[in-house]
Amino acid sequence: MHDVLYFLQQLINGLTVGSAYALIAIGYTMVYGIIGMINFAHGEIYMIGAYISLIVITGLATLGSAWLPLVLLVALICAVIVSSSMGWAVERVAYRPVRGQHRLIPLISAIGMSIFLQNYVHLAQGSRNIGFPSLIQGGITMGAEDGFQTSISYMQITIFVVTLVCMTALSMFISKSRLGRACRAVSQDLKMSNLLGIDTNRIIAATFVIGAALAAVAGLLLGMYYGSIDPLFGFIAGLKAFTAAVLGGIGSIPGAMLGGLILGVAEAMTSGYLSGEYKDVVSFGLLILILLFRPTGLLGKPEVEKI
Amino acid sequence: MVAQNIKHALFCAVITLIISYPILGLDLIAEGIQIKLSGADTSTYIGIAAAVLIVFLFQLFRPAITGSLSAIGAANPLRDRKPLPQDKRVRLERAALILIVIGALLWPFFASRGSVDLATLVLIYIMLGLGLNVVVGLAGLLDLGYVAFYAVGAYTFALLSQYYDISFWVALPLGALLAAAFGFLLGFPVLRLRGDYLAIVTLGFGEIIRILLNNLTSLTGGPNGVGGIPDPTLFGMEFGRRIKTEGNTSFHEVFNIPYNSDHKVIFLYLIALLLAVVTLVVIRRLVRMPVGRSWEALREDEIAARSLGMSRTGVKLSAFTIGAFFAGFAGTVFASKQGFISPESFVFLESAIILAIVVLGGMGSQLGVILAAIAVTVLPELAREFSEYRMLIFGAAMVLMMIWRPQGLLPMSRVHIQLKQE
Repeated sequence: MHDVLYFLQQLINGLTVGSAYALIAIGYTMVYGIIGMINFAHGEIYMIGAYISLIVITGLATLGSAWLPLVLLVALICAVIVSSSMGWAVERVAYRPVRGQHRLIPLISAIGMSIFLQNYVHLAQGSRNIGFPSLIQGGITMGAEDGFQTSISYMQITIFVVTLVCMTALSMFISKSRLGRACRAVSQDLKMSNLLGIDTNRIIAATFVIGAALAAVAGLLLGMYYGSIDPLFGFIAGLKAFTAAVLGGIGSIPGAMLGGLILGVAEAMTSGYLSGEYKDVVSFGLLILILLFRPTGLLGKPEVEKI
Repeated sequence: MVAQNIKHALFCAVITLIISYPILGLDLIAEGIQIKLSGADTSTYIGIAAAVLIVFLFQLFRPAITGSLSAIGAANPLRDRKPLPQDKRVRLERAALILIVIGALLWPFFASRGSVDLATLVLIYIMLGLGLNVVVGLAGLLDLGYVAFYAVGAYTFALLSQYYDISFWVALPLGALLAAAFGFLLGFPVLRLRGDYLAIVTLGFGEIIRILLNNLTSLTGGPNGVGGIPDPTLFGMEFGRRIKTEGNTSFHEVFNIPYNSDHKVIFLYLIALLLAVVTLVVIRRLVRMPVGRSWEALREDEIAARSLGMSRTGVKLSAFTIGAFFAGFAGTVFASKQGFISPESFVFLESAIILAIVVLGGMGSQLGVILAAIAVTVLPELAREFSEYRMLIFGAAMVLMMIWRPQGLLPMSRVHIQLKQE
C-alpha cells in the first residue's frame, strides 16, 4: 500500500510538471511545424513570462490588492502580453531576415537571441534567484499510511486546470477559427498557401505570438510551483520542452501534449526512485533514444526526403 | 502610405515599450523573505524612451533610411573590387598565418606575465575554434556540445594525474584520444540525424557529461572539482621553485639562472602555441586530402555526394572524431594551465562561445577563426568596465552576423583549379 501511495504521488508530481512542459512544447512544435526551425529562444520567452508575472504580483501586493484570483489573472494577462510582444519582436528581428537560408543560419541566430535575452534579464534583474511567493496554498490528502501521505495541492490542481483550458482553447482555435485554418494550411505547404493569398508572414508571426503566450502561462504556473526563478531557468526548461515536442513528434500539437506528460512522469519517477540529480540525464537520454529509434516521435508523421 | 507607416511605426514603438519597460524599469529586490519592487534610475528611463523613439523614427522613415544606407554601400570604394585571384589569396593567407606564428613565438619574451597568461587562453580557444571549425564549418554538422569533449580532455589529465601520477606529456595524447573515442561513440548513432536534431542531441550530450561530472562525487570531486594538477615538464625539468616529483630536475638549476616564475608561464604558452600550430597544420593538410574534400562535398550537397558513393556516416564520423580529438588537446592544456578544474568551466555557454568564434570568423576559414578567437578573448579584457555586457553583446553579435554576413568576417575560399580564360 505504501508503495502504491508513493508511486501515485510521483505520478501526480510528474503530470503537474509535464502539463506545464506541454504548454512550452506547443511553442516549439508549432514553429517547427511551419518553418522547420528550432526556436532556441523559446525557453527565454518562458523565463520572461515568469519574471513579468512575479513583477506584477509584487506590484499589486505593494498597491494593496489582495483578492487572489484577480491578482493572478492580472499577472497572467500582463505576462502573456509582454511575452507575446517579445515573441513577435524576436521573430521580426532575428528570424525573419534569415528565413529560407541554410538550416544552420536561423539556428545560430536563435542561439544568439537566446544568449541575448538571458543576459538582458540578467543585467536588468540581477542573476540571483528570487523567491516566488506561493499564493495558492493547501491541498487535498488522498490517502495516508505509515506516515506517508499522498496529496494533491491546490497549486497542482490549478496547473492541471489552466493547462487543460489553454489546450482546449488552442485546439478550438486551430481547428475552428479562420486564422487557425490558415496556420494549418501554412504548415502543410508554405509556398502554396502564399500563392493562394494567405499572408504567410502574418501567420508565422501569429505562431510565434501564440507559442509565446502559452509559454508565459507556463512561466507563471511553474514559477509559482517551483517557488523561485532566475534568468537561467528558462534554458533547461526550454530544452525539456523541446525534448517533449520531439518525443511526441515535432510538428504535432497533440504530440507535444503527450510528450510533455510522458517526460514529466519520467522525470518524477527518476527523482522519486533514483535521485533528483539524474532527472536531467534521464530526459536528455530519453531524447537521444527517441531520436535514434523513432526520429518522427510518437505521433509524428514520417518525413519523406524529396530530391 | 504615410498613414500606414505611422500605424506600423506606432505599433513597433509600443511593442518596444512593452518588452523593455517591465523588465528594465521595474526591479525586483529581495529584502529578507520579502520582495519589493523599485523603479530603476533615471538614466534607464531615458534609455527606454530613446529606444522607443529610435524604433518609431526608424520604422516611420524606413524606406528613406534603407535607401540612404544602400547609397552608403554604393559609395564604398571596395564594393566593386574584384575578389583576389585564387593563388594570390592562398599565398596571402599563408603569409599571414606564418607571420602570426612568428610574432607569437617571439612576443612573450617582451610581454608582461598577465598578457602571456591571457595569450595562452587565446591559444586554447584557437585550438577549440579550429577543432569545431572542422565539425561545423567544414562538415556542416552543428555541434552544440563541443565543450563535452573539452571536458573529457581536461578531466582525463586531472584524474590520471591525481590517481596515477601521470605527467602532462603522457596525458596529452591520452586525453585527446579519449575525447576522440567519446566523439566516435556519440557520433556513431547520432550522425544519421538531420542537422537541427543533431544540434539538440549534442547539446543534451554536453549537459549529460557536465551533470555526471557534477554528481559522480567520489570520482571527480563533484562541484568542488579536481585540484593540484601538475605543470608540464621539459625533458624532466620542472619549472617550480622546488622539485615536486622525485627524479626530476629544476629548470633554473640546470641552466644556472635565477629562479623566475615567468619561465613557467612562458613555457606553458609555448606548449599551447606548439599545439595550436600542430592543430592548424594538421587540419590544413586534412582539408586538402580526400577526407577533407568529402566533408565539404557532404556539406554542400548530401544527396549528390552520396550518389557518388560516399559513406555518409563514415565521412561525418571522421569529422566529428577529429574535432573531438583537438578539443581533448585543448582540454589537457587548459587543465594544466589552470591547475584546477571543475564542471563550472564546461557549461553550455562555453560551447556557445566556441561556436561564436567559428561563426564570427567565417565558417571554414582558419585565418578567420584565429582572428575571431583573439577578438573574442582579448576584447572583453580590454574593455573591462563593459565586461558584464560581454555576453549580451555576444548574443547580439551572433544574431547580427547571421543577418548581415552569414558567411563570417573572412569567408573561406575553396582551393580549386580554374581553367585560364582567354
